[in-house]
Amino acid sequence: MADELVLLDTCVSMFGMRVRIALAEKGIKYEYKEQDLTNKSELLLKMNSINKKIPVLIHNGKPICESLIIVQYIDEVWNDRSPFLPSDPYQRAQARFWADFFDQKAVYAVGKKLVTTKGEEQEAAKKEFLEIYKTMERELGEKPYFGGEKFGYVDIALITFYSWFYVYETLEKFSMEAECPKIVAWAKRCMQKESVAKTLPDQKKVYKRVLELYGLK
Amino acid sequence: MAEEVKLFRNWAGPFALRVVWALQLKGVPYDTIYEDLSEKSSLLLHYNPIHKKVPVLVHNGKPLAESLVILEYIEETWKQTPLFPEDPYERSTARFWARFGDDQLMPSVFNVFIKQGKEQEEAIARAQGDLKYLEEELRGKKFFSGEKIGFLDLAFGWVANLVSVFEEIQGLTLIEHEKYPLLLAWIQNFIDAPIIKESWPPRDKLITKYRARIEFYSSKEAAKK
Repeated sequence: MADELVLLDTCVSMFGMRVRIALAEKGIKYEYKEQDLTNKSELLLKMNSINKKIPVLIHNGKPICESLIIVQYIDEVWNDRSPFLPSDPYQRAQARFWADFFDQKAVYAVGKKLVTTKGEEQEAAKKEFLEIYKTMERELGEKPYFGGEKFGYVDIALITFYSWFYVYETLEKFSMEAECPKIVAWAKRCMQKESVAKTLPDQKKVYKRVLELYGLK
Repeated sequence: MAEEVKLFRNWAGPFALRVVWALQLKGVPYDTIYEDLSEKSSLLLHYNPIHKKVPVLVHNGKPLAESLVILEYIEETWKQTPLFPEDPYERSTARFWARFGDDQLMPSVFNVFIKQGKEQEEAIARAQGDLKYLEEELRGKKFFSGEKIGFLDLAFGWVANLVSVFEEIQGLTLIEHEKYPLLLAWIQNFIDAPIIKESWPPRDKLITKYRARIEFYSSKEAAKK
């Protein structure tokens, strides 16, 4: 039986991008349905009645919600190619821990404070933002990817947030390359992968959109 | 090779209990190191430098933190008595509900017991809406995982363990019998299961501990006004 896959998402969502990268990595075909979050579709409300958020992956009519849960699901169902998680249970646990850590830190919310607040609040946001990335940088160490030799689960979780680096750097006048050189090198390495390059938006376009979104400059 | 499994925990911690239950259900021998969270041991800080929290499981010298991550590790390492569903879709659903429990339900339940006045009414409405999902998930099932206790039951174990303690402290019933018959039945079945019962923290100590906690947070809330 042919698999029927539908992805409910918005083109700008960094969480949705994780799923798109995961699907691309596995070479899986799916139907993309752009959602209007100001006027949520019946399908979205039905498929994610709990928190009505995207992304939602619908596989043969059954919904899976939460980006990292979806990425794990994709890895488990299409387990014959490009594994995202290592096979060793301890390393798998480490991967899950770090992706969870990153999400717990709510980088998106911290980043938003970084560009929309001033003074002490902004300084605190900047400090927090850099601490998160420096922690991740220590975890990366000398490895080419968080997954080791291969691009994997934690890489997928983090890379989608790279598309906002230009925004933070330009608005706040600091250089991620100076602050977290290994992270930037890692990100550029990931960008060489087709799945990532095709999914992540152009950083300058994101910048323009963010200016509009937050009514800046 | 001899296995060495150590669990750093505090006696009351609901997250650590998940790990205790998982290890007991699988019959994995382990040592417990109780931590006093007001004065964390240097060993704990060494094993969990990121969050500095319990529980931490140390398996043959290698540390793991975050209870839900630890449960997945335990499942993958000790394959007897499987706790997770075999089907990937059901696994995703269980993971979703576990996250819902921690990220949404737990704060909404806690708010019921620390807020006052109108805010408390709103908190009650919110928590009861969230609890309804659990009630629906139990339809046709004895446990969240089916006929036997599994991952999602362990993840929701704090509901069985702590809510009645909070209810007693504040003299307020959140899980009402008319609204949540299945959930109350689940709580009873869960509490009565032998392995779970063995590791249940003493209720009177829980009441003392959480009375102090609730008072602390309630006064913080009141001071906000």
